[in-house]
Amino acid sequence: MNPAGTSEQIRRAWAIAKKDIRIYYLKGPVLIFGIFMPVFLFLAFFMGGRQLPLAFLLSGLMGMTLFFTSTAVSPAIFPWEGQAKTLERLAACPVAIETIVLGDMIASILFGIGVTAVTLLIALALGLGLLHGIVLGSAVLLAAVCFSALGMLIAVPPTNVPSNIMMLSSLLKFPLVFISGIFVPLEQMPAWGLYLAVCSPLTYFTDLVRYSFTGAHYFPVAVDIAALALFTLVFTAATMHLHRRTMPRRM
Amino acid sequence: MPGVIEAADLTKVFGAITAVDRVSFEVREGEIFGFLGPNGAGKTTTTRMLTGVIPMDGGSARVLGHDIRREPVQAKQRFGVVPETSNAYVDLTAWQNLMLMGELYGLDRNRANERSRDLLETLGLYERRDQKVQGYSKGMRQRLILALALLHEPELLFLDEPTSGLDVQSTQMILVLLRALNADGTTIFLTTHNMEEANRLCDRIGIIRSGRIVAIDAPEKLKTAIDRVHRIEVSFDREIAGDLLSGLAGITGAGRTGDKWQITAEDQDTAIRSLVSFSRQEGLAILTLNTLAPSLDEVFLRLTGEEERL
Repeated sequence: MNPAGTSEQIRRAWAIAKKDIRIYYLKGPVLIFGIFMPVFLFLAFFMGGRQLPLAFLLSGLMGMTLFFTSTAVSPAIFPWEGQAKTLERLAACPVAIETIVLGDMIASILFGIGVTAVTLLIALALGLGLLHGIVLGSAVLLAAVCFSALGMLIAVPPTNVPSNIMMLSSLLKFPLVFISGIFVPLEQMPAWGLYLAVCSPLTYFTDLVRYSFTGAHYFPVAVDIAALALFTLVFTAATMHLHRRTMPRRM
Repeated sequence: MPGVIEAADLTKVFGAITAVDRVSFEVREGEIFGFLGPNGAGKTTTTRMLTGVIPMDGGSARVLGHDIRREPVQAKQRFGVVPETSNAYVDLTAWQNLMLMGELYGLDRNRANERSRDLLETLGLYERRDQKVQGYSKGMRQRLILALALLHEPELLFLDEPTSGLDVQSTQMILVLLRALNADGTTIFLTTHNMEEANRLCDRIGIIRSGRIVAIDAPEKLKTAIDRVHRIEVSFDREIAGDLLSGLAGITGAGRTGDKWQITAEDQDTAIRSLVSFSRQEGLAILTLNTLAPSLDEVFLRLTGEEERL
């Protein structure tokens, strides 16, 4: 057995993910920021009297759910573990920093996909027809990785105070929700709004979800997927690189 | 034979403070090496660099033949760490903590189960294995941390203040286990404040002060090295004149206190041989003969400069 080999490190990342699932899924801030917040936001818009079709709103809800859930777990784990000194335990184990980050990302991805699957079932129960299941499945998988990496990126500042990171996370996530075509269709956005929208990975995911349910889309599907993939690569590479630099400062 | 730990010019700087300043030492296979120093001397920082938890700013360290900077995973696979603060996952049970460690060290499930059961039984935690760690006392948590560090049967064990603040029962249990591990060949690197513990356990001791190593040697050698004049206490079965003793080879002075003679000597070995020859020539029986070396506490205070401040 080569402990530093890729397959062995992936196996150990999975052990870290299982630990995260056991410990962090039911923590208050994760439930509040990951589940309650998108539901309340959706209800606020749904009951707001705007004449938007149900298919549009439910697609937006799915997009928002995946975004909020996938970024709810990952930013909080490092500060929590730094505070409890358990990060030092992991750092003394035969795992690379990238393995710890990957483990946290896997937990975050699974949380996002799990809760989003519930939203999908609700959408289907409300009579929404799924036109492009494979596109939706691929988009959910890719976006879950992307948002989870974004969540880990938010956790880069080496603070061991979870509320600091949750605040930073909210500061970034809420504006993204409003510029990503969830509540305001991209077609109705002003030019400056569109410039901002193309900078958000959530825009491409929401566009793919709408395409999967209604067949309508703003960007070509290939562009949406390529943009999501690019964001995923950049966020993952950046989070791995930056955590390697900042993690020792948490000890 | 290369050392199990080879630290060369190990340096760590925090802002304007050099916490560890070109520290070099070697820990040999199979020994218990004590690492002593006052608070803030750099003990924990040195241990964290050696265990790959924080990077060093200068120097190098080889642990079990692996450069800790280049091959941290390979080195960590072969050693265990008991840190200063108990850091098991309090939301998990003791058993779940052990299973997690088993997976992180690549142990197969059966082996992890077997080792976990043995360790929990040895450390008196088996009955509480399914209880979450947040309900454990400090002593129980520390014993669990030791179990987590030993699960993969490491060749080298780092311990940072393992018995600090523990009750007598937990302390004894840990010390007995450490001795047994060492007897089975495990090398131990022990950071401690407890002089008595270091004196009883360690083969060699390194003393660090303000980030620099000030002495490394066996406890008894350290005790005798700090005093140039040695003291010996001797008593005989009958009265003798003091000038007879002070004239013996190696003895510089003799004074009587009660029924004993307090001897001062520059060379302890020569003085003891002289006393034995003298008693034989005079037909005296030696009732007691004690070498009065300074305690390890005195050595520590002297070498770390704390004595002057007290």
